[in-house]
Amino acid sequence: MKRLLKVYMEKPELAAGMLLILLAIVFQFRSNGFFLSPDNLRGVLGLIPETGMVAIGVTLLMISGEFDLSVGSVFALMPMVAGKLMEGEMAFLPAVLIGLAVAAGIGLLNGLITLRFGIPSFITTLGMLFIARSLTVVISGGFPPLLPDELPTWLFTQFIGPGGLVRVSFLWFVLVAVMASALLSLTNFGNWVKSTGGFLEAAASLGIPVRSVKVSCFVISSLLAGFAGLIQVLRLGSPLPSIGEGLELQAVAAAVIGGTALTGGVGTVLGAIIGALLIRVIDNGLVLSQVDGNWFKFAIGSLTILAVIGNSWLRRTARKIRVEVKA
Amino acid sequence: MTPIIECRGLHKWYSGVHALKDISLSVPSGQVVGLVGDNGAGKSTLIKLLSGVHQQDSGDILIEGKVAKLNSPKDAMRLGIETIYQTSSMVPTMTIARNLFLGREPIRFGIGGIGFLDQARMREESVQAIADVDLHLRSPDALVGELSGGQRQGVAIARAMHFKSKVLVLDEPTNHLSVKETNKVIGFVRGLKAQGVTGIFISHNIQHVFQCCDRIVGMARGEIVFDKPVDATNIDEVIEVL
Ligand SMILES: Nc1ncnc2c1ncn2[C@@H]1O[C@H](COP(=O)(O)OP(=O)(O)OP(=O)(O)O)[C@@H](O)[C@H]1O
Ligand SMILES: [Mg+2]
Repeated sequence: MKRLLKVYMEKPELAAGMLLILLAIVFQFRSNGFFLSPDNLRGVLGLIPETGMVAIGVTLLMISGEFDLSVGSVFALMPMVAGKLMEGEMAFLPAVLIGLAVAAGIGLLNGLITLRFGIPSFITTLGMLFIARSLTVVISGGFPPLLPDELPTWLFTQFIGPGGLVRVSFLWFVLVAVMASALLSLTNFGNWVKSTGGFLEAAASLGIPVRSVKVSCFVISSLLAGFAGLIQVLRLGSPLPSIGEGLELQAVAAAVIGGTALTGGVGTVLGAIIGALLIRVIDNGLVLSQVDGNWFKFAIGSLTILAVIGNSWLRRTARKIRVEVKA
Repeated sequence: MTPIIECRGLHKWYSGVHALKDISLSVPSGQVVGLVGDNGAGKSTLIKLLSGVHQQDSGDILIEGKVAKLNSPKDAMRLGIETIYQTSSMVPTMTIARNLFLGREPIRFGIGGIGFLDQARMREESVQAIADVDLHLRSPDALVGELSGGQRQGVAIARAMHFKSKVLVLDEPTNHLSVKETNKVIGFVRGLKAQGVTGIFISHNIQHVFQCCDRIVGMARGEIVFDKPVDATNIDEVIEVL
């Protein structure tokens, strides 16, 4: 029993998961059963791959002990680059690959600048937030490019599954989530990420390539943000230069709500997903409950603060309930 | 017999500070050396050169008679030199098993050095490694952050033994530990001798050094100012010189 309690307390994403279920029940009642109806779920699940993937990348990077505030801008820049190239008659695949390379390049730059000059990634990526957004608007030339008609959009936006409940993008999301989760908890690279963020000096003294580990996480975070942006653009049909504004903060909120520690070393992919889901569910549920939509940010803000307070409390309590050591 | 470690004329500057001045020291295999000296004497600097964290500006380090280029901690570890720092070289947010194999994880299949962990083997072998240093812990899945300071140093030593390190360097491993925990660590250091491992033990507590070392080396202002076997000296003399 004690052991169960301890496991529960040491896995803060479980607490967020319980909250998710609780909210689903509340919204289900408040919306007279509409919340869990296929029509509504289709809406929620259609959006989750986009914010979810960004949250996964940001979480991975936070576990390694760094921040990325530029993901919202990369989210817009990547599809803008790809869209412009496609407008200029380039085929879908090479355009997307170049777009992803640009996203990866920004992540690489974030990492190299942060480590080379020993400055906080908070600052590097805050700068990159403005730079990448500015580039997006400049590249767009004021008008979003017109995407060609014959794109393989179905590969991302087609509704599939029983009752067309999810889009294909959801499968991409699941694939990314499973891969990221496996990377973090089943591979030696995941070990290095956690140790780099958990205690940098110890990791370095054991010969972990901490700098390459961090740079890789910056690149992954940026790549996922770009890919998620592409999915949104294909869903909306047009690469608007303003998409993804504020997304970086939602991603950090999702990570934190899901139990990722700001100090690094602690966090899970599942937590990030639950955090992102909670944010979407609250957004949707408030609308359905006919609450003034402007309360959305209020709710996310409160939840973020409460989650951090709750998690640190849970962790402290869990530590006290030591399942007895046979001394 | 060739000494396992030999330093020849090591110099190290930190910008303006001449931290090591012409250090020459040779340690035969199996000996436990106590390295003592006042704050800023250069003890940590010397062992940072030996563990590949910093590089000397001039002079040579020889491991088993061969000049060694220690450009990173990995290089030193590959040559069998393992270092345990005063701040503990464990990641508190990770489990014992994961800490034990950190950086040297057994991989089941992978590419380019990245792959899936053999978690069963990690768990099994860490239980064995911990038992080998007479440390009793409930589970290899416990977080290191839940261990006491002495237990953490015990796990660090278990790690060094598991990877068959030939030289174990301990930089003030008893800092911030209670008397009881300190005694445990001293016990671990004594255990090294029994296994034929060479040790370099840095401490500000001369008594501790006398309890577990064969030889006392004293440093001051970047130089070696004292070097005698334990039997040929006593605590008062060491304190006098330093
Ligand atoms: N990274 C560094 N940068 C600049 N100077 C340094 C650095 N590390 C050590 N020093 C200087 O080198 C000298 C030797 O320091 P060192 O840490 O080797 O001493 P120590 O004998 O280990 O001292 P303590 O007993 O306090 O640990 C000191 O003057 C210290 O200020
Ligand atoms: Mg020191």
